[in-house]
Amino acid sequence: MGKIIFIEHDSTEHVTQFDEGATLMQIAVDNAVPGIDGDCGGECACGTCHMIVSDEWFEKTGKVGDAEEQMLSMTPERARTSRLGCQVQTTKAMDGMTVQLPEFQM
Amino acid sequence: MINKNKEVTVIIGGGHAAGTLLTALLQKKYPHKVVMVSEELHPPYQRPPLSKNYLAGEVDKASLYLKPPSIYEKAGQELQLGVRVEKINRDDKSLILSDQSTLKYDQLVLATGSHVRRLNVRGSDLKGIHYLHGIEDTDALRRELVPGKRLVIVGGGYIGLEVAASATKQGVKVTVLEAAERLMQRVTGPEISEFLYAKHTSAGVDVRLGAAVIGFESDDQGCVNGVTLADGGKVSADIVLVSIGVIPETALAENAGLLCDDGVVVDEFTRTDDPDILAIGDCTRHHNLFFDKRQRLESVANAVEQARTAAATLMSEEKPYDSPPWFWSNQYDVRLQMVGLSQNHDQRVLRGSILDKEFAVFYLCLGHVIAVDAVNFPVAFMVGKQLVKLRKSVSAEVLSNPNIELKSLI
Ligand SMILES: Cc1cc2nc3c(=O)[nH]c(=O)nc-3n(C[C@H](O)[C@H](O)[C@H](O)COP(=O)(O)OP(=O)(O)OC[C@H]3O[C@@H](n4cnc5c(N)ncnc54)[C@H](O)[C@@H]3O)c2cc1C
Ligand code: FES
Repeated sequence: MGKIIFIEHDSTEHVTQFDEGATLMQIAVDNAVPGIDGDCGGECACGTCHMIVSDEWFEKTGKVGDAEEQMLSMTPERARTSRLGCQVQTTKAMDGMTVQLPEFQM
Repeated sequence: MINKNKEVTVIIGGGHAAGTLLTALLQKKYPHKVVMVSEELHPPYQRPPLSKNYLAGEVDKASLYLKPPSIYEKAGQELQLGVRVEKINRDDKSLILSDQSTLKYDQLVLATGSHVRRLNVRGSDLKGIHYLHGIEDTDALRRELVPGKRLVIVGGGYIGLEVAASATKQGVKVTVLEAAERLMQRVTGPEISEFLYAKHTSAGVDVRLGAAVIGFESDDQGCVNGVTLADGGKVSADIVLVSIGVIPETALAENAGLLCDDGVVVDEFTRTDDPDILAIGDCTRHHNLFFDKRQRLESVANAVEQARTAAATLMSEEKPYDSPPWFWSNQYDVRLQMVGLSQNHDQRVLRGSILDKEFAVFYLCLGHVIAVDAVNFPVAFMVGKQLVKLRKSVSAEVLSNPNIELKSLI
């Protein structure tokens, strides 16, 4: 168990509890965080789970996969620390992480 | 107990569309009481994994649920599970439920989805013949997928092919019988069909095209042990999966006198011809602004978009449904993403390499991109989505030229 904080584009904060192993997308969706739809259920097929991890936590989220990179390269709000939430499996090391949500999804 | 002071919005059905609507309403802080009535025993869940990673045993049941059930409860939404709506009485705005109770509604949303098309031939009620629509269907099929067994899949659409891929990986001997001359004929062009044919064949699947099933054979226990084809051929089987499409679930709506035409007819705001009744998802035929015609779609994208549109309509926001349809399928290491509808194309353009399993087919009509099918090529899918949405005209030379970046086209 740990905490992940999702911050909406309008600065609304959602402090969520997570069990390690769940993806960031799943945590956001399970907590009905607005702005994360996860329409394809985590298949890296829809691009509706774009999140921007805060700088200091980015390293901990692991490698960006090839399909994920291609999807991310198409979002206008792409940042250096962008991830598709469904491709990030949470670990204990992510306890306390903050994640920014973009204004729009793809 | 339903609060008498509030209006009551009832959702009939508990699938992907209903679940997305519940979430959209709670996110919009919808002020009215919401009750969902579903004949299934599960809270709203996603079906795509049923022929993909849930069938393969890679994810558990709880991960199929769109939301943990407690979310709805916390938001004051009421889920009545395992209960069927038998009748809609539009005169007094009430529903008759299978447990004999009555439920009043102020606004009603039909999200009844679709049911599988049955194959009615000799022997079609034998034991061992499966269909795939709900969690229990996948559980039952999975139990029988034992290495060495022979599975015959009737229908070479995406569900049949996904099961073929998954079962083959598990050591099951798979035969796919497709009546048409190519795989997934209804939704894609010949390049993708041929690519998938080669993929399945090389994985060891026996794919037979132009193979029409006219009957099932039985052993002396009443279990299916073979399939008979129109050309007189026979295929032995231990397990059969019939996957030949779905039929929209419109009986309730039809009996209530709502306008139906192979789907409950709705406009771009998901409204039926009764101002107090909306309909969303697989059960509808909607006025598609994008194609400017009535369209029936069977996809998650359509279910969620219509659900979000319905939430806006219920909140008295005018937000029409106006986006091109899209779809995905996973088979082996093939990640297929499709956008638009390709049926009316007059030109096809290939980009990338079929050999390297990374390519896309752009479908053009009068010079405009109307659809894209991308194989392991997410950029082509994402660019395609924009091109289709913007109804862009792009020449075949440009689309196929590897020196012109796809991203530069939007
Ligand atoms: C195996 C499988 C794989 C799929 N894969 C994909 C995919 O990869 N990508 C994709 O985009 N789409 C896929 N789909 C299609 C997608 O799942 C459907 O388009 C989607 O589920 C439609 O949602 P819906 O809510 O409209 O209908 P459904 O999900 O069918 O839900 C309808 C619900 O209403 C209930 N109901 C019906 N009548 C009544 C009544 N009278 N009273 C109470 N309850 C009632 C039903 O029991 C059901 O729970 C797949 C479907 C299946 C079966
Ligand atoms: S949920 Fe669809 S890409 Fe992440």
